[in-house]
Amino acid sequence: MVIETSDSTTGRSSVGHTAGDDQSGDPVARVPVTPDTDDGGRSERPEVASPSLAAVVTARADSTAPTDDDVKIDIEGLNVYYGATLALSDVHLQVPSGQVTALIGPSGCGKSTLLRSINRMNDLIEGARVTGGVRLGGVDVYDRRTDVVLLRKRIGMVFQKSNPFPKSIFENVAFGPRIAGVRGREQLSQIVERSLTRAALWDEVKDRLHHSALQLSGGQQQRLCIARALANDPEVLLMDEPASALDPASTARIEDLIFELRGQYTIVIVTHNMQQAARVSDRTAFFYQGLLVESGPTVEMFTCPSQQRTEDYITGRFG
Amino acid sequence: MTAASTQNSAPRQRRWRRRVDQSFEWFCMAATLSSVVILIGMLWAIIHEGAGWLSWSFLTNYTSVHPEKAGILSALVGSLWLIGLTAVFSVVVGVGAAVYLEEYARDIWFKRLVQLNISNLAGVPSIVYGILGLVLFVRGLSSVTGGRSVLSGALTLTLVVLPIVIIASQEALRAVPKTIRQASYALAATRWQTVWHHVLPAAMPGMMTGVILSLSRAFGEAAPLIIVGAWAQVRFVPSGMRDEFTVLPIQIFEWSSRPQAEFRELAAAAILVLLVMLLCTNGLAVFLRYRYGRKVKW
Ligand SMILES: Nc1ncnc2c1ncn2[C@@H]1O[C@H](COP(=O)(O)OP(=O)(O)OP(=O)(O)O)[C@@H](O)[C@H]1O
Ligand SMILES: [Mg+2]
Repeated sequence: MVIETSDSTTGRSSVGHTAGDDQSGDPVARVPVTPDTDDGGRSERPEVASPSLAAVVTARADSTAPTDDDVKIDIEGLNVYYGATLALSDVHLQVPSGQVTALIGPSGCGKSTLLRSINRMNDLIEGARVTGGVRLGGVDVYDRRTDVVLLRKRIGMVFQKSNPFPKSIFENVAFGPRIAGVRGREQLSQIVERSLTRAALWDEVKDRLHHSALQLSGGQQQRLCIARALANDPEVLLMDEPASALDPASTARIEDLIFELRGQYTIVIVTHNMQQAARVSDRTAFFYQGLLVESGPTVEMFTCPSQQRTEDYITGRFG
Repeated sequence: MTAASTQNSAPRQRRWRRRVDQSFEWFCMAATLSSVVILIGMLWAIIHEGAGWLSWSFLTNYTSVHPEKAGILSALVGSLWLIGLTAVFSVVVGVGAAVYLEEYARDIWFKRLVQLNISNLAGVPSIVYGILGLVLFVRGLSSVTGGRSVLSGALTLTLVVLPIVIIASQEALRAVPKTIRQASYALAATRWQTVWHHVLPAAMPGMMTGVILSLSRAFGEAAPLIIVGAWAQVRFVPSGMRDEFTVLPIQIFEWSSRPQAEFRELAAAAILVLLVMLLCTNGLAVFLRYRYGRKVKW
């Protein structure tokens, strides 16, 4: 496998990503690693064959996935409009606590919209309107009395394109805690170190914390964004195609990371890469043209989906 | 036969094309050179006339009816006062307005209306602002401004530069990527924190440049200040915002309209001082942009 040496430090031991799996199942991983290759993962999808996906998920099935079935995010009859167009209609979805839920579906089906309506980032979009209910651990997200700032503190978000602030690495990670009122330099340093460690970035940047974050590579920047979100100590992590602009090696590191973070965080990840969904997620939800077609445990979704459309999409027959 | 004619005309066409090409290049070069030549000629004339009058006492004396004793102290200090105050007012109001329009205003219609107004105001001749300043600040608010004072002048000049400052600041704010704002909001920042910690620092170099360039325009303004009542016979330095004042352009205007040749030369010397100061402010703009640009680590 052509993955940079540093990759071994995170120990992709858990499941589904042993060298053997990569050889058989993941065409992406065999692409020679060139830094900053755009779209490393997405473009390969149509060639993915279903048997290997099934192999990937069954390998994952006997992993030590948390079996905590508390519902963390409860979406009931959610509709989202952009102006007059309905982007999501009547979505019912329960996201269990401590697990990784993957949102899949063709471009424009509303995955990002759903993600944004969980932490109310849709508020920033002119003309966006939300009806129906989203509850986060019992709190009604769209209640008038809900404090958006407190809500977003509980929900971290990682964007498709890494967007570090044009400041130092330290300042990037310290920003969240700082505006939340953490003042002591010592305390901030601790939070920064802990977050960077959790995001598997500490060793690479510990000697240059005060250099500009924009000097980091694309993959490092994305992990910095994850560290920045973790510094707020959120309960939920929303990730919108976090690896779509990264090369295979960086993608693998991000996946490792997601694997390590599950259990501690409830993670919702949007991905166009079926392999990725199969590898990292416990549950999968398939969207099509603003509708939730099907959702369930990833193993079932990838081995015996109940809807023809799901199967067609997963096996790459359309999308 | 047709073949022969094309063979015949081809070189001629080519020669013609080359000639057109060549003459266009010459024309453009002449256009460039003419502006440079005019500038150099003007500078030379001014230096030739005025340089002899430049001396320390020229900077430290008040104006006088005797050319050899006349200086620009009151005008110089008045100009500095005026620009300092105008800078403060226009930055506070201009940046505030730009932030409101770009970051807060939600109502599309209201925003469009204000925007249209600002663009139009930027094109209003400065003398019109002078009349507004006379009515509003000198007469209307005379209890606050002290009538024909530095404060009235600065407020009037603020009106002159405000539209440009607002537009330049808006452009600088708009150039800050949306993704930065998203990142900040997603980290549970309030709007104020987002603007203060991320948007303003990123937009600062652009705003600074806009502010300083428009201030250097204000530095050379005479028309609105004549109306607001700056007059050239002032023989003291303003010691407060409510004192009377004069400024360099007005001093220059007053001297150059006198019949004696000496006063015209004095005017040229004062122009030299004005030019040096303009050069300094523009240099400051470049410097600040460079410094700030690096600190932001964009
Ligand atoms: N800011 C917006 N204004 C208007 N319409 C929007 C906006 N954002 C998204 N939409 C529309 O809503 C629908 C869903 O968009 P969304 O971004 O959620 O899709 P997606 O599933 O994330 O697609 P992709 O996989 O390409 O990211 C699309 O039809 C899109 O055109
Ligand atoms: Mg999307």
